[in-house]
Amino acid sequence: MREQGIGASVRRKEDQRFLLGKGRYTGDINVAGQTHAYFLRSPHAHAVIEGIDTSAAAAAPGVVAVLTGDDLAADGIGPLICGVTVTSDDGEPHRAPAHPALAQGKVNYVGDHVAVVIAETLTQAQDAAELVDVKYRPLPAVANTGEAAGDGQQQIHEVAPNNVCFNWPFGDKAANDEAFASAHRISGIELTNNRMVTNPMEPRAALGEYNSGTEEITLHMTTQNPHVHRLVLAAFNQLAPEHKLRVVGPDVGGGFGAKIFVYAEELVVGWACRKVNRPVKWTGDRSEAFMADAHGRDHVSRAEMALDENGRFLAMRVHTTANLGAYLSTFSTMVPSYLYAFLLAGQYATPLIYSEVKAVFTNTAPVDASRGAGRPEATYLLERLVDVCAADMGLDPAEIRRRNFIPKDAFPYQTPVVQCYDSGDYEAALDQAMELADYAGFAARAEEAKSRGKLRGIGFSSYVEACGIAPSAAVGQLGGGVGLWESAQVRFNPTGNVQVFTGTHSHGQGHETTFAQLVCDQLGVPFENIEVIHGDTARTQFGMGTYGSRSLAVGGVAIAKACDKLIAKGRKIAAHAMEAAEGDIEFADGNYTVAGTDKSMNIAEVAFTAYVPHNYPEGVEPGFDENAFFDPMNFSFPAGTHICEVEVDPDTGVVEIADYTAVDDFGKLVNPMIVEGQVHGGIVHGIGQALLEGCRYDSDGQLVTASFMDYAMPRADNAPDFRIGYAPTDPPHNPLGVKGCGEAGAIGAPPAIINAIANAIGVSHVEMPATPETVWRACQSAA
Amino acid sequence: MYSFSYHRPASVAEAADLIANAADGKLVAGGQTLLPTMKHRLASPSDVIDLGAIAELGGIVVNGNIVTIGAMTSHAEVAASGEVQEAIPALAALAGNIGDPAVRNRGTIGGSIANNDPAADYPAALIALGATVRTNRREIAGEDFFAGMFETALEEDEIIVAVDFPRPEAAAYMKFENPASRYAIVGVFIARTADGARAAFTGATDCAHRAHRLEEALANDFSPAALADFQAPVDRMNADIHASAEYRAHLVRVMAQRAVAACA
Repeated sequence: MREQGIGASVRRKEDQRFLLGKGRYTGDINVAGQTHAYFLRSPHAHAVIEGIDTSAAAAAPGVVAVLTGDDLAADGIGPLICGVTVTSDDGEPHRAPAHPALAQGKVNYVGDHVAVVIAETLTQAQDAAELVDVKYRPLPAVANTGEAAGDGQQQIHEVAPNNVCFNWPFGDKAANDEAFASAHRISGIELTNNRMVTNPMEPRAALGEYNSGTEEITLHMTTQNPHVHRLVLAAFNQLAPEHKLRVVGPDVGGGFGAKIFVYAEELVVGWACRKVNRPVKWTGDRSEAFMADAHGRDHVSRAEMALDENGRFLAMRVHTTANLGAYLSTFSTMVPSYLYAFLLAGQYATPLIYSEVKAVFTNTAPVDASRGAGRPEATYLLERLVDVCAADMGLDPAEIRRRNFIPKDAFPYQTPVVQCYDSGDYEAALDQAMELADYAGFAARAEEAKSRGKLRGIGFSSYVEACGIAPSAAVGQLGGGVGLWESAQVRFNPTGNVQVFTGTHSHGQGHETTFAQLVCDQLGVPFENIEVIHGDTARTQFGMGTYGSRSLAVGGVAIAKACDKLIAKGRKIAAHAMEAAEGDIEFADGNYTVAGTDKSMNIAEVAFTAYVPHNYPEGVEPGFDENAFFDPMNFSFPAGTHICEVEVDPDTGVVEIADYTAVDDFGKLVNPMIVEGQVHGGIVHGIGQALLEGCRYDSDGQLVTASFMDYAMPRADNAPDFRIGYAPTDPPHNPLGVKGCGEAGAIGAPPAIINAIANAIGVSHVEMPATPETVWRACQSAA
Repeated sequence: MYSFSYHRPASVAEAADLIANAADGKLVAGGQTLLPTMKHRLASPSDVIDLGAIAELGGIVVNGNIVTIGAMTSHAEVAASGEVQEAIPALAALAGNIGDPAVRNRGTIGGSIANNDPAADYPAALIALGATVRTNRREIAGEDFFAGMFETALEEDEIIVAVDFPRPEAAAYMKFENPASRYAIVGVFIARTADGARAAFTGATDCAHRAHRLEEALANDFSPAALADFQAPVDRMNADIHASAEYRAHLVRVMAQRAVAACA
């Protein structure tokens, strides 16, 4: 049985239905009487709407309704919210402009929602949308992150002077300045963290159904967190009372953060199905995903490190301008603040860190969390800076890291930026990575590459991330509007099989397998007798969803705690049935035994007894079904070292990733195959950011990378075979000893790749995405 | 997509008749450009005339030194054709590197050249190899066929039937791909023929063109070294978010040198 327990690379249960095409996505669900919604979107980046005439569209064939922001307001449907408060340097909360789901008098980015047409067919809705007469008065657009808060820029929102959402300084500036004043050397870098379109494979979709008999709304949608969607839609958007709203996230084709948020479309679908009293379906296409999904990253930063004569880090200072787009998405303010500045220590014992983050509005799509969310930005800035420090000090990049690592006996380690790292052994990961990558042999490989006219370079990246989001108290102190515990219910059926209900949501992560392994291991129930259920507020008791690599580290522990409760209850039932004292009952491998005897009772028999309690202990409730909540004491802190080797063709600037090594500390692995898959996917995501993906708006705020013809996603031939290793440490705060692995690759990879390119060419920096032309120009400048 | 009338004629004559009588008809070959354009509502033909059922437009025939490829032959068929691989391996390789497998299985040589995307691959091959385009009305030299961005020498309602490629002594196509679309940012096709070197480039300017200056540079010395000082005119190069004019001009030389080297 343990063959499918913790530590086994069990093949994914869910792949049976995915590989057979039997997945059931929102787009697959069609119901009787269904209508189709089509969103009319702004073609302008910034414009006043002087009038909307919907009369011709409303009269078009098949049209059920044409609805605008006025209709939404008249029905009391609230604007979209941002759930995390950041206090600006003037002591006031961040500036939060109104974010109506359908425009009210103004549009602020290309793709902004102007009206929705609901018709019998999608084609009829599209045809009618062309008849909506919108009078726009275009305004100048603000599209450049670095310039958005500059003098003379067009104002986007009245409530946000100079287009600033917040100015957020963090750290002891005076002490920091003092350390810089007496430093042996100061190394610095300026860089951009390129904007990305998250692009999960399945675009967003929603199907709203209203039952006028029960007054319930059921909303099937592409969500990473059904209960969070229900909570926000009920509490802040007044869509329906929470108990009259069911949110279902069926099979979901990837999220990477983009499906965390409460968007206009899903809210409008939920509202409109009641308004027209017909089911309403919206299936976003790829163009809409490019225009109106929350984007990721988009920072402009400069950072400096004060060093002593031995290359030790004395202090670091950072200034970052972060683009939040036209409106605040659900968790947007948190990403360039708490998820960014609090990770700037990285793996190093830098005693002083001071950062200033200026978050700005622009006439671009909202920016929010995307795989890694803040941590890739922090890691990229820090790990690039460390390489510049190494070059300035004439130190090997491995050596400067080693000299500054937090030593393994220093854990738990309080960083100067809030986070207290629970466990880690950074040198162990570095050593193993150097061994796997054959660092000693690099010079010979570079020499051989030279004989073929190629420039071979090597780059390191030693990252830390904060996962297992998160301790609720910490989130509350930081201005977060929610708790971030997780819950689970584990239910034996009378016939002995087990249903596990989790508040997390699997949209590619393989929870149905990993969580079943946990339960198999703990309860000793055959793997195939365990079913994991998620994604439906009507079936799972509660949950906060999946993001921030939290599902196993938080949700997995909740499952384990529910299993503990079952085992404890079963002990009473077994003791009674076997006529023994409860204290003499031992539980192992699914069997309750009476110590020192051969008396034994399987947990499935105990479950049956609990449902057919003819011979049953007094005072014990029937039934074998427990739930549990888990709120961690701290984040988990996965860490590791990645080493990338590239070969640059100096004639064209083409970069080939010749070799890639990742050694990570994820704590205990439940399913090593799934973990490795997550690492691969994360690294490829990082390759995309480093080499290929650059979301671009022109100066008029037009999205010029609006399709896969112009926006390059990584493909199989962009990735080498990976060398994967693990250097686990045991996180004391996590009862399962797990840390989370879903984002690590996307965090660790970009600096490793760019460091390798800079090393190959012999320049201090190359901007991402390091496209062939960018790299070719860098080669020209180095020559 | 707007609604339209769909036709599937069985002969070129029938197709010609249908297109002539349509209010605003469009011929569809593989549909790799037309259909996405229609889906985005950027094109709204009254009639779509599908050439897919016309047997006389298919097939690959080698007759002496001429390789004839029917207009409706897919890129995948050209790539997999033993005859093409034997006669003009560079052409088979070119076809095998267009787009992705889905594009190669639907897209056709006739559709590609009739559309004349500025970054398409086939036009460079037709020009450099000295191919002849045969239509239902006449023959057009490959060099004269491509008239400008999405413009060709085809008259209203003229239908491409086949392309005749003379067999070169050696040929090679080097494409520097757009990493997103896999179209050519710059592609250079070089052929060594009995009459000397012939060259064409695509992706770099408004459409594929014959590269006379490259040919001159190679006339006396067919070697990469002969192109060491070659400079494509920067002011005539395309510039977009994927590549500047200066970079494209540089790539013309690099791709040309690599193509010459591959002809060896």
